[in-house]
Amino acid sequence: METLSNLAMGFSTALTLYTLILAIIGCFVGTIIGALPGLGPSNGVALLIPISFSMGLDAISALVLLTSVYYGAMYGGRISSILLNIPGDEPAMMTTLDGYPMARQGKAAEALVVSGVASFVGALLATIGLMIFAPYLARVAYQFGPAEYFALYMLAFCTLGGIGSSNQAKAAMAAAIGLGIAMIGMDKTTGMPRFTFGELHLMDGVDFLVAIVGLFAVAEVFFFIESHGKDSAIGVKLGKILVPWRMLRQTTGAMLRGTGIGFVAGVLPGAGASLGSFLAYMGEKSIAKDKATFGKGNPKGVAAPEAGNNAAAGGALVPMLTLGVPGSGTTAVLLALLLTLNITPGPLLFAERPEVVWSLIASLLVANVVLLLMNVPMVKIFVKILSVPAWVLLPGVTMIAFVGIYSLTGSSFDMLMMVGFGVLGYVMRKLNIPTVPVILGILLGNAMEDNLRRAMVLSNGDFWYLLSSPIAVGLWIAAILGFVAPIFLRRLLKKPPVPTHDPSLNED
Amino acid sequence: MKLWTRAAAAALLMTVAVPATAAECIAPANPGGGWDFTCRQIGRIMTELGLVPNMVQVTNLAGAGGGVAYTQVVSKRSDDPEVFVAASSSTTTRLAQNAFAGATADQVRWVGSIGGDPGVIVVAQDSPYQNLTDLVEAVKADPSSVAFAGGSAVGGFDHLKVLRMLDASGFEDLRQVKYIGLDGGADAITQTVGGFAQAMTGDLSEITGFIKSGDVRPIAVLSEERVEGFEDVPTAKEQGIDTVSMNWRGIYVPKDISDERYQEWVDMLKQVGESEEWQQVMTENGLEPFSVYGDDFQTFVQEDIAETQEISREIGLIQ
Repeated sequence: METLSNLAMGFSTALTLYTLILAIIGCFVGTIIGALPGLGPSNGVALLIPISFSMGLDAISALVLLTSVYYGAMYGGRISSILLNIPGDEPAMMTTLDGYPMARQGKAAEALVVSGVASFVGALLATIGLMIFAPYLARVAYQFGPAEYFALYMLAFCTLGGIGSSNQAKAAMAAAIGLGIAMIGMDKTTGMPRFTFGELHLMDGVDFLVAIVGLFAVAEVFFFIESHGKDSAIGVKLGKILVPWRMLRQTTGAMLRGTGIGFVAGVLPGAGASLGSFLAYMGEKSIAKDKATFGKGNPKGVAAPEAGNNAAAGGALVPMLTLGVPGSGTTAVLLALLLTLNITPGPLLFAERPEVVWSLIASLLVANVVLLLMNVPMVKIFVKILSVPAWVLLPGVTMIAFVGIYSLTGSSFDMLMMVGFGVLGYVMRKLNIPTVPVILGILLGNAMEDNLRRAMVLSNGDFWYLLSSPIAVGLWIAAILGFVAPIFLRRLLKKPPVPTHDPSLNED
Repeated sequence: MKLWTRAAAAALLMTVAVPATAAECIAPANPGGGWDFTCRQIGRIMTELGLVPNMVQVTNLAGAGGGVAYTQVVSKRSDDPEVFVAASSSTTTRLAQNAFAGATADQVRWVGSIGGDPGVIVVAQDSPYQNLTDLVEAVKADPSSVAFAGGSAVGGFDHLKVLRMLDASGFEDLRQVKYIGLDGGADAITQTVGGFAQAMTGDLSEITGFIKSGDVRPIAVLSEERVEGFEDVPTAKEQGIDTVSMNWRGIYVPKDISDERYQEWVDMLKQVGESEEWQQVMTENGLEPFSVYGDDFQTFVQEDIAETQEISREIGLIQ
């Protein structure tokens, strides 16, 4: 009951006509920022922080505006994933796997509606979870030490095989390339630079946004040039735009499961939205009866990761608000925002500044509803973007990619590196090696290594320390099962359903 | 499509439409961190006091822990009289360890520091260590029995706090000290509360909430005197270990500006540091007074770097 009265208080401060207008503007801007390759929720919010100050907004209004942008970008990321096969931001990466094939089959609108609703469900349930459980969930973070985190990342990598490709070895190789790239930069455990060749821009490692935009967007441009636009991703068939109720019903289970997995991943400070959407996708795939259709345009493969990444975004607010530990890049920026507003998140935030917490939660709910209303009927507008001829669209995408990457650090070095990744992405596509595992390697590799090294420091090099807690052991068992089970299942089924080559699918 | 280009153009304008004549503060990190905070607060107060004609423009130039900004100021803007850069203990620590691609501290002019975040050592609520002496004795008895967690990488300022403290206590073998570096103080706290590390070191301001909520117990503050609001936390000095680690907040300017201009910057910073506005900012953000200006500050920086180099050499971080 107390929760409800608190929430009412939150709404009373966060819901005025003025803030509602701010929320609508924020959601719209956020959706566009999210959809643009290279501009994700993190740098989108980062760009807007100074602006909200120069506009002279008070704390609550700034909070409403920026959380709307934040959630908007989370929604927007899926649009370019589905329509262009270029993820707008890193958590939307998994959505390309089935979203883009759906668009190629003329189901772009359905994919957008399903993913929009999935985003709404994930975000809504996660916000409710945040309201009810935040104080208790904060304690979960205390249970996760280096050994447990390492096991969690191990789980992610063990389930990676077969993602986006029918060839497990190629997926593993791609992941290894990503892990290798993750080694670049300063080694936290010795303080020594690795593979930087004295180049300062490499000290912080390779930014995964540079890799994403290079591997997806720039590689797409190369492909387009080579094929003179014939065999490129651009030019999705348009179908009828209706709300696909049947599809929504079919994917309800996937959305709810994705939300659950995503929320848990979000609550763990070391995991974040990308891991949330990845595990949601792999989890859904592993229990589905129609496994073979994943990666070929299965709506469940769109619903699960979208629900997962939005739920993770909500879940990540738990450690951010109660511990001051950002669970993802984006919550790191929101944390920065709160700090600039002179609000220090931590164990006392809920007790000392309830008005801030509850108006934040209220503004999240408002943003969520606005976004659902904005995204489902406005699908037409977004799909229409596709009717622009490719020779207009592609230079536009390229330009935005360059601007977005330049805005990261303001150096030309990152842009050159992005082009380098474009070449890599092109070669990999030619060799039929999936690029998603590369990104996962870069994203998770650092954290995985850091945790292993920390565990070794703590245990004086004793490897059994990695299995020292029930949580770690449980995660290891899940990881081993995730790795071995597909091999045995294959034997059991005698002949695995070989994925048929779909010529309309621009196989990559 | 129109929508896209328009939005992109708008985003572009918002980031680059900057008047070139106004004073500019470079924050060598993304918005929200300590350096960004320094820039925005100093910039705001300079404007409010009328020390600068226009708004101070804050530019975020992240990368290599401040190295990108440092080398850019040294190589491209070394005679720009309108630019100043936010700095802290991390800046001098990295300079000492030659982490800025060969750049050295004498390639810029150090203006001053106007506040500091005292270092603090905390343990979990149920920890057996009641005071700093207990902890130090435990390390001396068996260095592998105590792991310290901190918010910086190995060799970073949080790590150095521990090493300086143990060095001052007479502990010789600094290489044996166990330290794990995490992403920020709050992250290090969770590892300590969870019992994975035995003690945690960080800046007081980032741990305040956890101390008040009783999740962790501070056993020493690394400042000259006890800190307002935390009067019951003894300093390391009181416990017989002569060490002070303040994460100072200050600025530097390019080297090749005129001596008059340098003096102007010093005077301006002094006025900011003495203003009521700044006092209020310090109270709100858990900073302590730490005012050193001009030549005194240049000397302070040199000494600080020398000390850091000595310890870094002992643990094998630099040759």
